[in-house]
Amino acid sequence: MAEVRYENASRIYPGSEIPAVNELNLDIDDGELLVLVGPSGSGKSTALRMLAGLEFVDQGSVYIGENDVTLSPPQDRDIAMVFQNYALYPSMTVAANMGFALKQQKVPKAERMERVREAARILDLEEYLDRKPKNLSGGQRQRVAMGRAIVRKPQVFLMDEPLSNLDAKLRVQTRTELADLQARLGVTTVYVTHDQVEAMTMGHRVAVLKDGVLQQADRPRTLYSKPVNRFVAGFIGSPAMNLIDTDVTSEGVAIGTLGLTLDPSVSSALTAQDDREVTVGVRPEHLKLSTAGLPGEVTVVEELGSESFVHVTVEHRGEPLVLVVRDAGETTTTRGDIVHVDVAGPTHVFENGGARLGE
Amino acid sequence: MSGGAAAGGVVGKGGPKSFLLGVLAWVVGLVFFFPVFWMVVNGFKTEEEAAADPSLIFDPTMEQYDEVTAETTGLLGFGEAFSNSLWAVAISTFFVMLMAVPAAYALSIRPVAKWRDVLFFFISTKFLPIVAAILPLWIIARDLDLLNTRLLLIVLYTAMNLPLAIWMLRSFFSEVPRELIEAAQIDGASIRGQITSVILPIVAPGLAATALLCVIFAWNEYFLAVQLNNAGGETVPIWVTGNVSTRGNFLAKLSAASTLATLPVVLAGWIAQKRMIRGLAMGAIK
Repeated sequence: MAEVRYENASRIYPGSEIPAVNELNLDIDDGELLVLVGPSGSGKSTALRMLAGLEFVDQGSVYIGENDVTLSPPQDRDIAMVFQNYALYPSMTVAANMGFALKQQKVPKAERMERVREAARILDLEEYLDRKPKNLSGGQRQRVAMGRAIVRKPQVFLMDEPLSNLDAKLRVQTRTELADLQARLGVTTVYVTHDQVEAMTMGHRVAVLKDGVLQQADRPRTLYSKPVNRFVAGFIGSPAMNLIDTDVTSEGVAIGTLGLTLDPSVSSALTAQDDREVTVGVRPEHLKLSTAGLPGEVTVVEELGSESFVHVTVEHRGEPLVLVVRDAGETTTTRGDIVHVDVAGPTHVFENGGARLGE
Repeated sequence: MSGGAAAGGVVGKGGPKSFLLGVLAWVVGLVFFFPVFWMVVNGFKTEEEAAADPSLIFDPTMEQYDEVTAETTGLLGFGEAFSNSLWAVAISTFFVMLMAVPAAYALSIRPVAKWRDVLFFFISTKFLPIVAAILPLWIIARDLDLLNTRLLLIVLYTAMNLPLAIWMLRSFFSEVPRELIEAAQIDGASIRGQITSVILPIVAPGLAATALLCVIFAWNEYFLAVQLNNAGGETVPIWVTGNVSTRGNFLAKLSAASTLATLPVVLAGWIAQKRMIRGLAMGAIK
């Protein structure tokens, strides 16, 4: 077990001028589960593969523990990886798949079998040890891929979207099992996903990437409550935060006719910036349907049982604007209703360039 | 024959169109197969019957087989030709595969610089008509004292089949999922371990197909053998033509000899076919 450190690590693919991963600096603690998240093309998989040794590090360094592994081949890094499509060896049984790495390390057969059985017991795979991968279900294959990783007791687990080939229900279940397993084994884990819910639920910390650049690495709650920029604000959270471009006037900022009360730190930052246009962000749960406030017409009601999301078209800067408002599960609001929207929680303000203003 | 089955299968069931296509496929298949069939039949006839009006009604005899396999001092016998061919085919195919596997690896999985040029170079060695190279080959073989030896054919057949084998294996190797090799790397397998434990089991059908083709080409090769090995180290094709005589009928004898020459290839194909089952990579990814 060890910590992992990226130091100004960049990957520039041959024939491309824009780095796929651009000067990444990231410290991952011993035993931590860090999730790399971002849209496709954000460089999250490339960053993981740089740590695995499957991708060349063009600039900067990568450390596992005290060792600079920047130039080490994957074989010498003492890491285990779970691939999106599992990459099980088709000609080998489940037991042979799980024991393959130990065999390469010349671990005696008796000990190998012992460790494979132990991992199989943890993952509930004991009865499948003699099967070939093609005779397993998707969920079982996923567990074999996990087993292949945990059998080795490596320094670091690398997981590249390991759940994305499972159906929705199994994915949620496996997500919890995986987080639990990681906590029990206490192995430093780097986990790549494009699913921000997966990132938020599993990660001790979540690192958000966009266009190869690290945007923010924080605990999920901080990421949610204090996004450092407009991109993170919009990417984290489902449904997404309402982001409204608006002008700064002498009274502050407003959505339509609804004036917003701002945190003093934001107000002073606004004055200091002298930025005439900003983006205001409000999460759906920080808006409410009320008797007073900004009037608008309901266009869509999404009822999820425990809560509903009401899409209200309001007027802002003389143009229609859709705000998503969270309402109670047993909402009586229906399409076509005229309602009023009011702010009932913290708001976020981002300057023109996207950076967060104030605290 | 396989053409008939494939055409029928693609068209699907029902419809006069598919029926007609099926009939057509069978007709084409039978037209292709008939000469082989007739060769086998003629081998069991007497020379008189074979030379007479074509007929399927006759009294089958092994007479021709006894005669063509009979050993006569001073003449090339079936046993000797067979053993020469077997050596040349088996050893050349072994060396071809031994060299083609690493070459294909270096051209697909971990491509060397300029791999396209390398690949083109390999196939370009097949551009020259072999007849244009026969004189230099003969001179070199003579100077090296290799004329009329098995070793000469082993070397030539290896060189002849290697480019083809590399091209074929390369395309099979390219289909190995990249993640599997990466998984093996991360699991700590050396390059040799990656090839033997992970890649080769997946490309086994491709290996079988490639080896089969090498065997067929080497077994059937006639031109080099007849030019360079006409006084020793002769192969089966040379022996077959030895049954052509300038006097009297020889059609039945030639048919029997040709049938014997065909059998090993058919056998090799049948063995290789068992290995050529699809879906060996199933379950590897997703």
